[in-house]
Amino acid sequence: MEAVLARPVYRRRSLASRLVRGLLTGVAVLCAALLLLLPLLVVFAEGLAHGWAVFVAAITDPDARTAVKLTLLVAAIAVPANMLFGLAAAWLMTHFEFRGKSLLGALIDLPFAVSPVVAGLVYVLTYGVHGWFGGWLDAHGLRVIFAVPGVVLATVFVAFPFVARELIPLMQSRGSEEEVAARTLGAGGWQIFFRVTLPRIRWALLYGVLLCSARSMGEFGAVSVVSGHLPGLTNTLPLQVDQVYNGGSGDAVASAFALASLLALLTLVTLVIKRLVEWRHGGELARAAARH
Amino acid sequence: MKRPTLLPKLLLPLLALACCATAQAAGDRLLNVSYDPTRELYKQVDAAFAAQWKQKTGQDVRVTTSNGGSGKQSRAVLDGLEADVVTLALAWDIDALADHGLLPKAWQSRLPDNSTPYTSSVVFLVRKGNPKHIRDWPDLIRDDVQVITPNPKTSGGARWNFLAAWGWAARQNGGSADKARAYVSQLYQHVPVLDTGARGATNTFVQRGIGDVLIAWENEALLSRQEAGADKFDIVVPSLTILTEPPVAVVDKLVDKHGTRQLAEAYLKFLYAPEGQELAAKNFYRPRLPAVAAKYAAQFPPVKTFTLAEQFGDWRKAQTTYFADGGVYDQISEGR
Amino acid sequence: MRNRALPGFGLSLGVTLAWLGGIVLLPLAALAWKSASLGPATWWAQVSTRRVLHALSLSFGGALAAAVIDMLLGLLLAWVLVRHRFPLRRLCDALVDLPFALPTAVAGIALTALYAPEGWIGRWLQPLGVQVAYTRLGVLLAMVFVGLPFVVRTLQPVLESLEREPEEAALTLGAGPWQRFRRVLLPMLAPTLLTGFALALARAVGEYGSVIYISGNLPMRTEIVPLLIVQKLDSGGDTGPAAVLGAVMLAASLLVLLAVNALQRWNRRWTEAG
Repeated sequence: MEAVLARPVYRRRSLASRLVRGLLTGVAVLCAALLLLLPLLVVFAEGLAHGWAVFVAAITDPDARTAVKLTLLVAAIAVPANMLFGLAAAWLMTHFEFRGKSLLGALIDLPFAVSPVVAGLVYVLTYGVHGWFGGWLDAHGLRVIFAVPGVVLATVFVAFPFVARELIPLMQSRGSEEEVAARTLGAGGWQIFFRVTLPRIRWALLYGVLLCSARSMGEFGAVSVVSGHLPGLTNTLPLQVDQVYNGGSGDAVASAFALASLLALLTLVTLVIKRLVEWRHGGELARAAARH
Repeated sequence: MKRPTLLPKLLLPLLALACCATAQAAGDRLLNVSYDPTRELYKQVDAAFAAQWKQKTGQDVRVTTSNGGSGKQSRAVLDGLEADVVTLALAWDIDALADHGLLPKAWQSRLPDNSTPYTSSVVFLVRKGNPKHIRDWPDLIRDDVQVITPNPKTSGGARWNFLAAWGWAARQNGGSADKARAYVSQLYQHVPVLDTGARGATNTFVQRGIGDVLIAWENEALLSRQEAGADKFDIVVPSLTILTEPPVAVVDKLVDKHGTRQLAEAYLKFLYAPEGQELAAKNFYRPRLPAVAAKYAAQFPPVKTFTLAEQFGDWRKAQTTYFADGGVYDQISEGR
Repeated sequence: MRNRALPGFGLSLGVTLAWLGGIVLLPLAALAWKSASLGPATWWAQVSTRRVLHALSLSFGGALAAAVIDMLLGLLLAWVLVRHRFPLRRLCDALVDLPFALPTAVAGIALTALYAPEGWIGRWLQPLGVQVAYTRLGVLLAMVFVGLPFVVRTLQPVLESLEREPEEAALTLGAGPWQRFRRVLLPMLAPTLLTGFALALARAVGEYGSVIYISGNLPMRTEIVPLLIVQKLDSGGDTGPAAVLGAVMLAASLLVLLAVNALQRWNRRWTEAG
């Protein structure tokens, strides 16, 4: 009622106000274009700057191919692991009251606030040769730092909170009534989870997994500290981009941008799926976001 | 319908997978940890050596070379990178490994020529026609000149560049340590970008078009000119420069662990053999073997050099004086 | 006081704590332990050099400035995206997520390609005497880039859910648009705006990938703390110096995180009271 009455008041705009609106919109669009769109475009443009031959050679290079494979492998481990963690954490944080809950919530967010370089550093101090478990690992012939497990661990760290962050506000706003009702009807725990909870959070879950994957495949700082930069062994795609850009020969810059354009494509796919999910299931997600 | 074990069942294999991915270097694999601008050289050496080894012993070997800033690579080996051989930019980076017991302290006397199978020197790469008329070291600190050289804290090549500039200034008539220090600190004020590695600096100068002169190793300068075309860059040889001697060594502790000592030693010997020396020369490193040096003499300009030993004693001393935390380079860069 | 009506407390608590402990807390404890074991003299020697002080002031000063710019720019973008309808609005909205999703190394080389003296934008700025790449301005730009979505995405839902009555009441009372914005809207948005500011700040302080390419990494000029940490790790020898700087960065992130939590509590009280 009120809104209907109010709208005409709001719509009565003077020329000056319309001018201001136009100006604000113009400035915003310009900023978005210059600051956000151009960096994406320049990646593809620079990648193709020396022609398709250089582009194709860059992305079919054996080291580049193993980097792609490693990136996918790392994501294939880090994403499901963090997804399971996110589900467990969301279940815990939204269905139970216990002491230290707010502290736990803050700790889950912690990896967001930590510098990627520090994230890498802490793993060097834990699993590196002079770190806490370095001696033990070395004695057993296990390698974590400068090997794939270190890359996986650092990736898990930086992509840690994404799923939980998406699920917790949504599940909080939904409450536990339906789960409790199912329980009183005699459903088991897993049954409640798969039949009642999961169907209602699946889009938020997909959304969280999407963000988690994007971060897992794109992480640079943390992974660069722990990987040892072994082409063909421990270089993920972002590290390979860095190495070709800084250390490559020939058309190094164009080749680096060609590899970078693979990552930029991945970004585009992420953004498109994210838009689709928001568009189709906006209500579910918007409510979650409002509680952020 | 209780499935309480589902979660652990899913989690455990993933964790196990993560831990098991620790591929251990086997006896038929060799990892050469090298510095940045040897990328092309060792790509060829690795292939040629593997072919020769196969021919001699019938065994297939896989040789991998990892490239990066020399100091960073040394650090990585200290932190557990499983290097069988190290081919780094300067002896200190291998001394650091010896200090931690990875190889004997006297490693440098194990192979000929102080374990340096090839050499180079520090020269200038300028844009075609030398528009800024850069002839010698004093020209680098003119107001209108921007100099590209990497960060001596992370790049071994950059340390040689630093010492070349220092040595030139100190060895002039009336030169002294104070004058050298003044010159070098002025020089670094002309550096607009400090890349972490030598190849990064080359790419900044060659591909991104930044700066008027690149202080580079002769091999890197010749390679850049070859790749970009001779119509783009000129090489300027200063009146006096340093002879750069990048060393190689077998990492004893790690080859014994991997059972790759024989392979690793053969790999380094290959670098001194005619075939390895030819590959070095083809990649613009100056070979030690007189016959090969004579064959490729035409591609190298005449250079007047001093050695590190003549001016600075040894690398350990140079490192602690100039590049350690709080050393001369730190003082200079903080004195901006 | 837990809800006993639902099962899974033990399992979910176990998984959460095990994962949190193994992945986050244990390694962070290793850093705290390592840096605490060094003693005040080492700490002082590490932190008090002019180069480190300069890097600290650039990282924190730059991040503060970037977060302020993000706050202003983010407010503008969020406002326009929520309240205005114009062609390409959806595209603009989608673009806001780009710094989130674009790998930092890719963002870094892309920004460098744009703002280098020969770059798409750099070549227009060069004649004006403005150099962005390899200067502090470049560091700032990269920090603004990575922090922007945090402000926009925290503001948007709040702006959308904001009731218009107070604003419209002000309008009927004859308040001009600027007054309406400053007196009515800004106080309502303040907690959210500050949350976005703090998130952008946290991200910018620790940012590595997008900064290192465009900064040029000159000591005493454009060197940021994370790069210094990497250099200290790479330059061989002891991990102590890197651990000291890492501990400083970690303490800073903890502070920002605490601030965000306090802000969110304030925000909740605000919205519930209002």
